[in-house]
Amino acid sequence: MGVAEAVLLTIITASTPLLIAALGELVTERSGVLNLGVEGMMIMGAVAGFAFAQISGSAYVGALGGMLAGAVFSLLFAFLTLSLVANQVATGLALTILGLGLSGLLGEAYIGQPGIKMEPIVIPLLSQIPFIGKLLFAQDLIFYISIALLIAVNWFLFRTRAGLTLRSVGDNHSSAHALGINVIAVRYMAVIFGGACSGLAGAHLSLVQVPQWVENMSAGRGWIALALVVFASWRPMRVLFGAYLFGAVGIAQLHIQALGFSVPSQFLSSLPYIATIIVLVIISGNRRLTLINTPASLGKGFVPDR
Amino acid sequence: MLEVRDITKVFGELVANDHVNVEVGKGEIHALLGENGAGKSTLVKMLYGSLQPNGGSILWHGNATTITSPSAARSLGIGMVFQHFSLFESLSVAENIVLSLGADKVLADIAEQTREVSHNYGLPLNPETIIGDMSVGERQRVEIVRCLLQNPELIILDEPTSVLTPQEADNLFVTLKRLKDEGRSILYISHRLEEVKQMCDWATILRHGKVVGECDPAKETAGSLASMMVGGDIAQIKRKKTKAGDGKPLLELKDVSLPAASPFAVALKNIDLAVNAGEVLGIAGVAGNGQSEFFDMVSGEVTVASDAAVTICGTQAGAKGINRRRKLGAAFVPEERLGHSAVPDLSLTENLILSRHGSDAAMFTSMGPIGFIQRDKVHEVAAKIIEEMDVRKSGEDPDASALSGGNLQKFIMGRELDRSPAVMVVNQPTWGVDAGAAARIRQTLIDLARSGSAVVVISQDLDEIMEISDRIAVMSDGRMSLPHNADDMSREQIGLLMAGMEGGSEQEGESAHVH
Repeated sequence: MGVAEAVLLTIITASTPLLIAALGELVTERSGVLNLGVEGMMIMGAVAGFAFAQISGSAYVGALGGMLAGAVFSLLFAFLTLSLVANQVATGLALTILGLGLSGLLGEAYIGQPGIKMEPIVIPLLSQIPFIGKLLFAQDLIFYISIALLIAVNWFLFRTRAGLTLRSVGDNHSSAHALGINVIAVRYMAVIFGGACSGLAGAHLSLVQVPQWVENMSAGRGWIALALVVFASWRPMRVLFGAYLFGAVGIAQLHIQALGFSVPSQFLSSLPYIATIIVLVIISGNRRLTLINTPASLGKGFVPDR
Repeated sequence: MLEVRDITKVFGELVANDHVNVEVGKGEIHALLGENGAGKSTLVKMLYGSLQPNGGSILWHGNATTITSPSAARSLGIGMVFQHFSLFESLSVAENIVLSLGADKVLADIAEQTREVSHNYGLPLNPETIIGDMSVGERQRVEIVRCLLQNPELIILDEPTSVLTPQEADNLFVTLKRLKDEGRSILYISHRLEEVKQMCDWATILRHGKVVGECDPAKETAGSLASMMVGGDIAQIKRKKTKAGDGKPLLELKDVSLPAASPFAVALKNIDLAVNAGEVLGIAGVAGNGQSEFFDMVSGEVTVASDAAVTICGTQAGAKGINRRRKLGAAFVPEERLGHSAVPDLSLTENLILSRHGSDAAMFTSMGPIGFIQRDKVHEVAAKIIEEMDVRKSGEDPDASALSGGNLQKFIMGRELDRSPAVMVVNQPTWGVDAGAAARIRQTLIDLARSGSAVVVISQDLDEIMEISDRIAVMSDGRMSLPHNADDMSREQIGLLMAGMEGGSEQEGESAHVH
């Protein structure tokens, strides 16, 4: 395996959880809900994924457990913000803080234990293709899921009636309600989908990247995923680009340090956020772009009149 | 076809509908009249299934029916065109329409049908256009076409013309007549009594949630309809004639041009205007012909490079911002009440402070630059405004958003009038305001002018312009026509000017172009 191949492999591994978590958050935000708890749901997914894998002995059960944990955790957020109409920003931040603390508590017994690694699934023939075969067709299941998810989310949002309904709720919840769409139900589903995705992304950390449980192992990836959604201006295909760009920046950071270049690591780790700010400036300068892609009711609570 | 019997709806302690009875026959255009808050919107929301009644019954084709949801209403054959657009700005026309139809509909078919139906009814639409790119008139077309695609027997229109130009409204009336001829019934809510007289076969009048009368509007006068609505005579606007040019000019604009700020904005082109002390100058025009850009330029929200281009009370102010212009004696009331004239979630006194602390610092704040707010003084002035303008509110100091449109507008007008401005510029003073409040607002504008101020009223309501103006100018495509004496101008002349064609002969040829 050449150096380039090795570096690209680490980039793919670093980018996959970003892609999955960002796609989940994208769907949530397209329905008009801003869930800042991605980091918290991700770390819950990581600890639950590790625990389920330990108990069952299977990394796949672990991944399912991670998804479940993320979904249940997001249900708490959904109940608070959708049923009780609590402030979404504050609740999301609380979810992150709670998740970081709770996962530390739950995972205490697992610290230092060897984990169960999810083995790559080598696809016959395709994996024989020079260079890209090893990269794309000899990966773990979660990588394949991330790509399938990308295609599915894009198709769902822009090609199906249900996706149109979801976008309409995110655009103007009062109008959607007036048409008889159950705004709260749509948002519950979108939030839970986002939670499950974050949980799966977390499980990827503790089952694929480093098969171990380490406290705070999400290390800000949830925030990067959140930034990614804005960076991608709420378009799934741009999330793919952004996830791999941000993933590559993260990896570059390690290599540049190892090679002894004198770029401060803090600068490199702030790059994703700087890029997001630049994109925000660009899209907010274009009214039409903002109008078409930004969910207009993002972060606003909805109380139906009875 | 539709019969509403003794329907009652209660919100907390407020009885929004109190044993209301309405009957709509087949092929009938039935008007629902009433002031803001009379219960019209509540009633139609129950008919459309978005609210549930607390009592009474709805009979559809003679059978008692419970309308549980908007989709249930649509499947019965009841369609609705909303007052506040219920469209999704980021979605295309076809996507908007497909959302309101059954789940089995395919986007491509709907796009095709949209094109077809919209052309058949003379409301042409391109199904791929994004709503956010459309004008209000076009958006209403979308609402109507969306409603028509459901093939409804009863169409409910909630104040459809309040956002339309006279020409667009005329087109709408043609469409409505055609729908009526097809045997569909129409329930028509409007504040505009003239169009109700012209269009509607029968009218039910609501006041404070109760039916107070029924009539054939064609046999009534606008005045008699209005007094039924408010339960008393509407004060007639009193206007003494003045001759334009009596006073000295207090607001002067000299050859002001401004490029468009965005692709959706209108550029202002060579605007010359002088407004004299003692007169009301009305500015008519179809929406989106530069009125809001004009307002921003006059108020100083957008400044012009040359200080000499705008003169307020003899002082050059073109490059000066809004507060400095206010200090020169000008006052401004923009079009949107919530979010522009007032902050929705702040109380009335806080809104008062916000708009006046800059121009009347000495009055409301103490300790010089520190600017402590003198609460007592603010409350005192707010109470005075509320009393003088007859602002009806609940609670001691409610949020601006808690007031009805008309009452908030009265408060905002009072807030500005309290300063006795020498120049007053108002954009759409009575948009969506009920007849009683509108009459009061118009009278205060006239009174202000008669006391020696220069008043500019920008409005799309031609009746309003004709009623209060001494001189009338018309905006079209960012240009302003020469003002004419109101008495010398006919509606036809104004209509031509609105369409960008010069009616008068004074104007040079360069602006006499046709769109």
